[in-house]
Amino acid sequence: MTYLIRGVRPYGGDAADIVIKDGRITTIGEHLSVPGAEVVDADGLIALPGLVDLHTHLREPGREDAETVETGSRAAALGGFTAVHAMANTDPVADTAGVVEQVWRLGRQAGLVDVVPVGAVTVGLRGERLAELGAMADSAARVRVFSDDGSCVSDPALMRRALEYVKAFDGVVAQHAEEPRLTAGAQMHEGDRSARLGLTGWPAAAEEAIIARDVLLAGHVGARLHICHVSTAGSVEILRWAKARGVRVTAEVTPHHLLLTDACAEGYDPVFKVNPPLRTDADVEAVRLGLADGTIDAVATDHAPHAVEDKESEWAQARPGMLGLEQALSVVVETMVETGLLDWQGVADRMSVQPATIGRLAEHGRPLAPGEPANLLVLDPAARAVVDPATLASRSRNSPYAGRELPGRVVATFLRGDATVLDGKAVR
Amino acid sequence: MASSVEPARNAAPVTSAPSSAGTLFTAADVARVIDRMTHQLIERAASADPDSPDGGLSGLVLIGIPTRGAPLARRLAARIEAFSGVPVDVGTVDITLYRDDLRLRGVRALEPTMLPDAGIDGRVVVLVDDVLFSGRSVRAALDALRDLGRPRAVRLAVLVDRGHRELPIRADYVGKNVPTSRAQQVKVHLSEIDGSDAVLVTEDGVRGESQQ
Amino acid sequence: MKRHLLEAADLDRADATLVLDTAAQIDAALAGREVKKLPTLRGRTVVNLFYEDSTRTRISFELAAKRLSADVINFSAKGSSVSKGESLKDTALTLEAMGSDAIVVRHSASGAPHRLANWVRGSVVNAGDGTHEHPTQALLDAYTIRQRLGRLEGVRVGIVGDVLHSRVARSNVSLLHTLGAEVTVVAPPTLLPVGVGSWPVEVSYDLDAVLPKVDVVMMLRVQAERMNASFFPSAREYSRRYGLDAPRMGTLADGAIVMHPGPMNRGMEIAAEVADSVRSTIVEQVANGVSVRMAVLYLLLGGNEPA
Repeated sequence: MTYLIRGVRPYGGDAADIVIKDGRITTIGEHLSVPGAEVVDADGLIALPGLVDLHTHLREPGREDAETVETGSRAAALGGFTAVHAMANTDPVADTAGVVEQVWRLGRQAGLVDVVPVGAVTVGLRGERLAELGAMADSAARVRVFSDDGSCVSDPALMRRALEYVKAFDGVVAQHAEEPRLTAGAQMHEGDRSARLGLTGWPAAAEEAIIARDVLLAGHVGARLHICHVSTAGSVEILRWAKARGVRVTAEVTPHHLLLTDACAEGYDPVFKVNPPLRTDADVEAVRLGLADGTIDAVATDHAPHAVEDKESEWAQARPGMLGLEQALSVVVETMVETGLLDWQGVADRMSVQPATIGRLAEHGRPLAPGEPANLLVLDPAARAVVDPATLASRSRNSPYAGRELPGRVVATFLRGDATVLDGKAVR
Repeated sequence: MASSVEPARNAAPVTSAPSSAGTLFTAADVARVIDRMTHQLIERAASADPDSPDGGLSGLVLIGIPTRGAPLARRLAARIEAFSGVPVDVGTVDITLYRDDLRLRGVRALEPTMLPDAGIDGRVVVLVDDVLFSGRSVRAALDALRDLGRPRAVRLAVLVDRGHRELPIRADYVGKNVPTSRAQQVKVHLSEIDGSDAVLVTEDGVRGESQQ
Repeated sequence: MKRHLLEAADLDRADATLVLDTAAQIDAALAGREVKKLPTLRGRTVVNLFYEDSTRTRISFELAAKRLSADVINFSAKGSSVSKGESLKDTALTLEAMGSDAIVVRHSASGAPHRLANWVRGSVVNAGDGTHEHPTQALLDAYTIRQRLGRLEGVRVGIVGDVLHSRVARSNVSLLHTLGAEVTVVAPPTLLPVGVGSWPVEVSYDLDAVLPKVDVVMMLRVQAERMNASFFPSAREYSRRYGLDAPRMGTLADGAIVMHPGPMNRGMEIAAEVADSVRSTIVEQVANGVSVRMAVLYLLLGGNEPA
């Protein structure tokens, strides 16, 4: 199939026509005419490289009632993503070549985004001994990102070994930074609100202490380190300091930490329960500025679908996590573009180029230019819509944005030249 | 303004039709009516107990139904003492927690319930209220009395009987019978609460036993 | 009044005063009576939904509802469908379908009554949720203070002990502030929440400095298991620094009272001779609890259409 995207503005710049053929961008120019091409009228819309998510929970295998590789892939495509990293905390845990290859194959079958499995750092995410990292790296899934996300690799000696070991295949350890001894029973950000609401506090220091430790370890052994879902102002400062020292550390922030605060916990609706927890206004401001100046390299969704019964409960009993794939770009538009903190080039960098680089994905995060792989999205930045969880493609409904009006609508997404989304709808 | 006071025993309807809105009783009328009721109370106490040295008054307890029944009961007691020289026990019974219309009208602040030290057992209780309308307040007061003791007899005294009974209840002492429509509102003002004495009739009233 | 009583902040000053005044009138109306029952809530159904064992609080609510002639159902999580894994929501919908007009809920999870209130049409009364609030305890405490001291405005109250884990402390801080009292919380720093600075209270780590300056000292229960989590080194050290014994009680101003929400750890946070002294209001608090809960049930249920 050949596509002619007419009148679109690459990176928000001047309008142009883009021709896609045989999986690649073949031409970008004005007033192009391609006989037989399917025309996508994109007058006034914006083209960006396909988004790459470093942090997605697809729940398959194990919790197919909450999400499957296929439903999660569809949600991702609708959000403008062309690649997602599938976290390892499935059941069974993705800690062997067999499981990561299964997830990878399910992703290929769905064919809506490239599903890139993340391998567990330790066997069963138990934090005791290393999983077979090399076998996962050598498998068909070609795993490069390793994470025990959901649990912190809290043993400093084990963390050091993991950082060192993955250097052999240019891997990276993505740390869920949470000192578990400081967060026993924690339910929300520790501060004024937790004190009043009577919910056990999750102190910012529990995240910052691990980040501080791990940047020192990474610097010491010269390894790559990635920090998942940075949520506090203190974390941003530590990262800034580490980068200035030349530590090979990268970091991500979630859409919800860019937008929401612990005020959401008032009313005890567990849809707002997430780990790390929603923080304060000052933290939101700090992570936005950190993302703007590059201290935080990437936006990653931490898309965490949960079945209704895991959320329609008491706050303490509910599982942490919230949906993110379908609204990620809209939240970034609201918090970063409309505030003037990032331009469209910046959005492309933080949501596509940097995460592809961190994940070592050669075919993603490439520029919109002739000859490049046709992984891209078309966005209507002027559209505004109220989020209705019932209309989401995810199998779960735990969107923290329900009832909230957000800007931006993904009109089309292309994966290697094939449309996965057209007219704002998934093609299958 | 007509000021004729009909004894309760007289079943003949009162002739004076209330004007569409205005003063039914002036302060002077209120005082005259209370004096009339006082005399009736004294006479009936004596006739019920002819051998009593104090005219049967020591067996009497006047129990006001808050809000305005309470000062009315105190006034009646003061007038009885003034005319007869015999002090009469007074109390109040709050009926709020005995009402059957909570679901319709919602909650209201409670008023005090205060009984004389001698209690009400074996005595003649005269319930005192400002306006007799549906009879539901009186029924609630009777229920409350039942939980508080066992009087020998219970009588009822009201300043105004405006008709429209919903229960088989009638007053023994009535200051004035006033035929009204349901849409009308009868409002009793007493100086202890409202600064001056008067009885008013208005057209736009919400339906009520009395406005408290 | 709001439809639910989930936390002390649901009551503004007028509402809180109305509850206390109503309780006082109920007390007066029932004083010395043989028939301690009012017909007010005849035909209404009150469910005591208790996910935590608390015989004292349950009995107090049960008595309050029965004295107002409501039908009372005690639904204990133990030995019921709840222990078979039924969710709070399903339990709520079941009780609703059975026609409950009010649910009195005790739960180990903070905020559980708030969740419940989303799912039922009747009133929800929080009888203690996790480490969040216990608003009727605060109301009965305020009632007791007013009864003893004749006022709440300007009364100086010291709340002493495990403030961090105490729902009683949270509700009292909120309600007493609403009613114009001046509260000081006294505890070792480990037993104060990190956000305590945002509360409308003074904070002290020194019980001896606070005692002479208060009209009311409210001792909180301290659970021995906190010791194992290193909130304090030993029960003995806690008791020495933060326990109220007779010599310490002697430093209180004349007329100052000693309160405790119960159950007490005699010898830990409060000495036996203090608990049994004339300053102690502990028995009155229990009695006042019934009147205050009657007032709450009356005010919440009195005006509502039946579910």
